[in-house]
Amino acid sequence: MIDRSLILRMTADVVIRTAAVFAVFLLFRGHNAPGGGFVAGLVVVSGLVIRLVASGRERARQSLPAPPTTIMGVGLAIALLTGIAGWVWGDAFLEAAKLTVHAPVFGEIHLTSALAFDVGVFMVVIGVGSTLVLALAETENGP
Amino acid sequence: MVAVLAVHAIVLVLCAAFGGRLGRRALLLGAVAPAASLVWLALASETIRTDTISWVPAIGLDLVLRLDGFGRLMVVLVGGIGTLIFVYAWQYFGDRDGLGRFTAYLVGFAGAMFGVVVADNLLVLYLFWELTSITSYLLIGFEDEEGLARSAALQALLVTTLGGLAMLAGIVMLAQAAGTYSLAGLVADPPSGPTVDAALALVLLGAFTKSAQFPFHFWLPGAMTAPTPVSAYLHSATMVKAGIYLVARLAPAFAGLHEWWRPVVCGVGVVTMIVGGWRALTQNDLKLILAQGTVSQLGFIMVLVGLGMPEAMFAGMAMIFAHAVFKAALFMVAGIVDHEAKTRDIRRLGGIARSIPTAAGVAVLASASMVGLPPLLGFVTKEAALTSLLAEAGWALTIGVVAGSVLTTAYAIRFLAGGFTRYGSDPRSEIVESVSRPSAWFVAAPALLAALSLLAGIFPAVADRLVATAAAALGSEGHHLVLWHGFNVPLLLSAVAIVAGWLLWRYPPYVVQQATSHLPKAKLVYASAIVALNRIADRVTSIVQNGSLPIYLGIIVATAVIAPGVILLQAFRLPERLIIAESPIQLVAAVLVCVAALGTVWVTRRLGAVLFLGAVGYGVAVLFVIQGAPDLALTQMLIETLTLGLFVLVLHHLPAFFENIGWRLRQVSRVILSILTGITAGAFALWAAASREVAPLSGEYLTRSEPEGGGANVVNVILTDFRAFDTLGEITVLTVVALGAAALILADRNRSEVPHTDEHLVDRPEGKRR
Repeated sequence: MIDRSLILRMTADVVIRTAAVFAVFLLFRGHNAPGGGFVAGLVVVSGLVIRLVASGRERARQSLPAPPTTIMGVGLAIALLTGIAGWVWGDAFLEAAKLTVHAPVFGEIHLTSALAFDVGVFMVVIGVGSTLVLALAETENGP
Repeated sequence: MVAVLAVHAIVLVLCAAFGGRLGRRALLLGAVAPAASLVWLALASETIRTDTISWVPAIGLDLVLRLDGFGRLMVVLVGGIGTLIFVYAWQYFGDRDGLGRFTAYLVGFAGAMFGVVVADNLLVLYLFWELTSITSYLLIGFEDEEGLARSAALQALLVTTLGGLAMLAGIVMLAQAAGTYSLAGLVADPPSGPTVDAALALVLLGAFTKSAQFPFHFWLPGAMTAPTPVSAYLHSATMVKAGIYLVARLAPAFAGLHEWWRPVVCGVGVVTMIVGGWRALTQNDLKLILAQGTVSQLGFIMVLVGLGMPEAMFAGMAMIFAHAVFKAALFMVAGIVDHEAKTRDIRRLGGIARSIPTAAGVAVLASASMVGLPPLLGFVTKEAALTSLLAEAGWALTIGVVAGSVLTTAYAIRFLAGGFTRYGSDPRSEIVESVSRPSAWFVAAPALLAALSLLAGIFPAVADRLVATAAAALGSEGHHLVLWHGFNVPLLLSAVAIVAGWLLWRYPPYVVQQATSHLPKAKLVYASAIVALNRIADRVTSIVQNGSLPIYLGIIVATAVIAPGVILLQAFRLPERLIIAESPIQLVAAVLVCVAALGTVWVTRRLGAVLFLGAVGYGVAVLFVIQGAPDLALTQMLIETLTLGLFVLVLHHLPAFFENIGWRLRQVSRVILSILTGITAGAFALWAAASREVAPLSGEYLTRSEPEGGGANVVNVILTDFRAFDTLGEITVLTVVALGAAALILADRNRSEVPHTDEHLVDRPEGKRR
């Protein structure tokens, strides 16, 4: 085995977990404040790059819940289905719907179908980024 | 109509998903789809019916489906013969893999063909048209382990999509001239002018390639490598009629307006009829005899519908129906012979009629209908055709068609005698004299069609209603199918065709056959065109893609400088109010960006240059923050971070230091190009600020964001709501790019690693690692 810095590995763990939470935060606040699916996806991919540098490409690959191409495909399907839903239940393809929920702890929550679309974008960006990063990592020698 | 299409889609998915478990029963599941279209048609009222689903009305892209009499006739063929084909295929295939896939393709085809004949919007028609080409490609190439099947499938696809693309251009031109994309609207009020001439020529090109008209006929015999159910369904009864369908739709409106229409369309039809018939006479494969015969018959029908005259149109409708019925039956019988005797070669087929009397009887009936013997449906329709040609087209075309009919008789006898008797048997080969009897279900479908040929011949009323309403939809009222017209000229011509055909079969003129076999064949022209195309592509690629990254980059940058630069030189002006900086901190950030940019150029280590480049990016992000664009800044920061990460991953493939080449021409030209790029980009930014004439859209988006998009962050509302369609397009492109780039990166890795696979087994020396 090659020696990866222990400090880097440990720090990376903390940073990556924080990044993942931050990404979800960005994704959900995106509709009202800076953030959104695209940026959130980039944060996740940055986390993956750190994991790659700290622990090698096998660990990086395992830290994704599914193969990158699957994430990409599912994301695209979600975005497309949101569009079709708008077509079927609304007036036009990708027509957004709004919904306000009164939850006990969080107070009033505004949901729009654009959020589902944004989740699709989020997953596509993660898929695209990690596909490229992992492919480039393959060209490295060693594990 | 949308429901019928949906049924096809659902059955397709079911067959694809569960086909593996169902085995050949999947084909029975598939039969549900065409049967549903038939049931739907029986229940629908007889008035013209239009379904509209609006999509993008601004560019005329609406899903408009319209069913009239002609559409009904075609749906009867697509659904009726389709159902029979599925039942037949269920018996044709043994238990083998891939039948779920096959059924899914075939259902997809049936749905697409249904779409073609009910589409009213020309763009929708085109969409379904190309879908039939693609499903045809998949079906011809179903035996994808055989090279011959693959190349035949590709040939059919290339020829038909070449015509299809021409047709698309023609459709757009026609619709522009007519101001509507509706087929019914176009025909009701036909446009004129030189553009329309060109547009019609392009549309006809599409129709001719699809319906295998000369000189594009060669793909159809090639397509015979498909399993026989496919040949019977796509390549005789339905898909090849699509071109005829379109010509029949257009001819009543345009044939009279354009002097060239009738000579061209009918000329092509007659030539096709004779070339196909002649080729059929020299074939030894039962399916090829039928395929060339189909080419010939398609030519015949093209003549009838291409005239655009009422009586001929009626005869054309009758021929479409009669031909689909008898030719599908003949193909099915050829499939049964092939299945039981394991050969379709007339040189190896002996007197097998005794062992399969039912199939032989079906073949005799269907062939008699094809030849036009009374009292079969083929006789009734051929009489109608000859009568109308004499009345409306004159002697020249009639003689051409009679000559074609002589050939039809001759190849029909060749098919029957070759397939079921010792005729044509080559004593040097192993001759099949008796075969096992096919199951009742296997013979049922062709027997039903043959019985229909007989029944509709004796009682023309059976088919008359269907054919007459189809013709009425194309402006041909008051004609009816009649079995016996009395002793007249058409009957005489029929008799001539039959007797002369028999003589031609009995005493074939070998000299003429020998002579024509040396004429250039359209297939060879196609083959050499493909070879030449590949060769040109190789040449162009080796010049354009020479593998030098600096040259690629240089060309891209130079284009970016020159193309807008030329316009800039003429139109450049400064904004009226030029602000250098709004706050001192902007100046600081800008200076930092400039310093980092200079650093990128001056350092000699690649890693250093990458870090400086990152600094430029972060500096620009700071400028965005100062300007009040946090979204943009956030994205910019993250992209810079990722780019740095990616650079680190690829940097070890490159030398650590830049190559020092001194102030040679190469270096000088790079410096000049870089400076010019900077000047152009800067000047362009200033000019863009100066030339704003329309109020920016941002104000409107800002006011609409909260109430309509339900979000305060207007950037995100634009991305996911207002312009979500753009975003959808972009993420689709991203996906494609990622897959393509990953494939390229990994392909390169695999190539370079193949010779060194042993290295993985031994520990690598530490020095080789980064």
